[in-house]
Amino acid sequence: MMTNPTGRITQGQFSFLPDLSDKQITAQIRYGLDKGYAWSIEYTDDPHPRNTYWEMFGMPMFDLHDPAGILGELNDCRKTFPDRYIRMNAFDSTRGVESVAMSFIVNRPLTEPGFGVVRQEAEARHLRYTVHPYATDRPEGERR
Amino acid sequence: MDGSSPGELTEITDVTQRYKAGVLKYRQMGYWRPDYTPKVTDIICLFRITPQPGVEPEEAAAGVAGESSCATWTVVWTDRLTACDNYRAKAYKVEPVPNNPEQFFAWIAYDLSLFEEGSIANMTASLIGNVFGFKPLKALRLEDIHIPVAYVKTFKGPPTGLIVERERLDKFGRPLLGATTKPKLGLSGRNYGRVIYEGLKGGLDFMKDDENINSQPFMHWRDRFLYVMDAVNKASAATGEVKGSYLNVTAATMEDMYERAEFAKELGSVVIMIDLVIGWTAIQSIANWARRNSMVVHLHRAGHSTYTRQKRHGVSFRVIAKWCRLAGVDHLHAGTAVGKLEGDPLTVQGYYNVCRDAYTHQDLPRGLFFDMDWADTKKVMPVASGGIHAGQMHQLLDLFGDDCILQFGGGTIGHPQGIQAGAVANRVALEAMVQARNEGRDIAHEGPAILKAAAQHCTPLRQALDTWGEVTFNYQSTDASDYAPTPAVA
Repeated sequence: MMTNPTGRITQGQFSFLPDLSDKQITAQIRYGLDKGYAWSIEYTDDPHPRNTYWEMFGMPMFDLHDPAGILGELNDCRKTFPDRYIRMNAFDSTRGVESVAMSFIVNRPLTEPGFGVVRQEAEARHLRYTVHPYATDRPEGERR
Repeated sequence: MDGSSPGELTEITDVTQRYKAGVLKYRQMGYWRPDYTPKVTDIICLFRITPQPGVEPEEAAAGVAGESSCATWTVVWTDRLTACDNYRAKAYKVEPVPNNPEQFFAWIAYDLSLFEEGSIANMTASLIGNVFGFKPLKALRLEDIHIPVAYVKTFKGPPTGLIVERERLDKFGRPLLGATTKPKLGLSGRNYGRVIYEGLKGGLDFMKDDENINSQPFMHWRDRFLYVMDAVNKASAATGEVKGSYLNVTAATMEDMYERAEFAKELGSVVIMIDLVIGWTAIQSIANWARRNSMVVHLHRAGHSTYTRQKRHGVSFRVIAKWCRLAGVDHLHAGTAVGKLEGDPLTVQGYYNVCRDAYTHQDLPRGLFFDMDWADTKKVMPVASGGIHAGQMHQLLDLFGDDCILQFGGGTIGHPQGIQAGAVANRVALEAMVQARNEGRDIAHEGPAILKAAAQHCTPLRQALDTWGEVTFNYQSTDASDYAPTPAVA
């Protein structure tokens, strides 16, 4: 159980709000599509803050402009990986941006074990820090 | 009028007359050129001039052109050893400032060859070097500047830029949230780190040293860095997010600053901080260091109000913002419009635009006089900081959009239930407002209702709104744009 005020990992745009309903997720998808973004779905069992490359649930949906279709993909992902973190990412290919423009978590494990800090003490009061996900104490594929 | 004879109003073209020893009007020396068409490679400055009584606007403009380029008060024959016409800045247009009979806008063009490549120090030494003390003027203000692509490309710009910063931090689609540690002075390193930890764990992305936190008797810089980084890493583990705290490396010498920056790097900080008072050369040096070390550079604009605030005299902050972007900073304090510090909303939006634009378009209500192509220079994250609170979230998001940092210092640390609760209130208010905007709601008008609804599932937000909901800073701005609305083309 994580001890921050939300009791869970707070990555993404909306982790401090109650879980978004499918209707609310659809509204966000529509906003991104109206901006010309391409949506993609990613999942992981290793939510380390610097684990950039979550697994892709298929390719980014560059040519899918129907919010219901994108939500359908998300629900397929949820069925396949009900106990993983799943996030929706929107890409903006505008020159000078060419990066993620939106990102929010839409599925979580039932319990979120969180992270520990490992301190390596060195000379002159130096400390080297490692943020360690408890989830990765278990083998790949068996983490929560 | 200064009673000039017709012969004194224009450039003298007869070289024997032009270079006869003695004193000429600046117009006669060739600094007033109403027929001049600026080249695409010229730097163009727009000055607001308040001439002394009896000095004609054209002569005043020519004087500014002369004193900010190659003139001195008398004729010198050594001009004739040079391609002097090239080096003379050319005042080519003056217009009365709307509703202000004493003042004039003057457009002055400078040839590219006047400036050293990639040096803000050199550009400013010319453009604002001697001329602001020039006696024939009562006051002088540099309102805006056009810098051509040819010169823009000689600057490296922000070391990181807002796009890459977001990728490093893994934070997208919303403004970032920060807070300045308070009280500004007096906390020990140990106590200071407590504030950092509580704010970050509560939900802020960044905490911040204040501009005057360096290495005073109550807290040595090294102690501060060690405690702060423990807090940052603990908060990162507690939330699963990348967190940061702007470690202010401002110090007496570059050697001290490099030493502090190196220590911040060794401890794993993602960001360091500098104050504008260190000067352009030091800013460009730190930017170079940051490029080598993958560091975000936060710039606090300490000191700027001494020359940006008064409309008659000084340098507009929009010019300072352009120089800062070229010099190479990633964050720049650019005003809040709704908080405790100076700034009319449109004028402040103008500052935000020059930080983030790929191409800046002329926009007179926002004080932007020139089109300017930024030639893919990285973008600066503008920072809104000073007397803002969660109850203004809709106004802030509506005015400034996603690509900015909103810093609530007192508005986090002063929360009745503590710092974590203050951070939660701000984060919930922000996420609720972003969500509502994306759902198509009119946040400028529905904002208070959206906040109230969000507060129903968030006690800290309700307490924040109860504490500060009515606090505003409504004072007359000293620096709104002067422009005459032109009739729309039918």
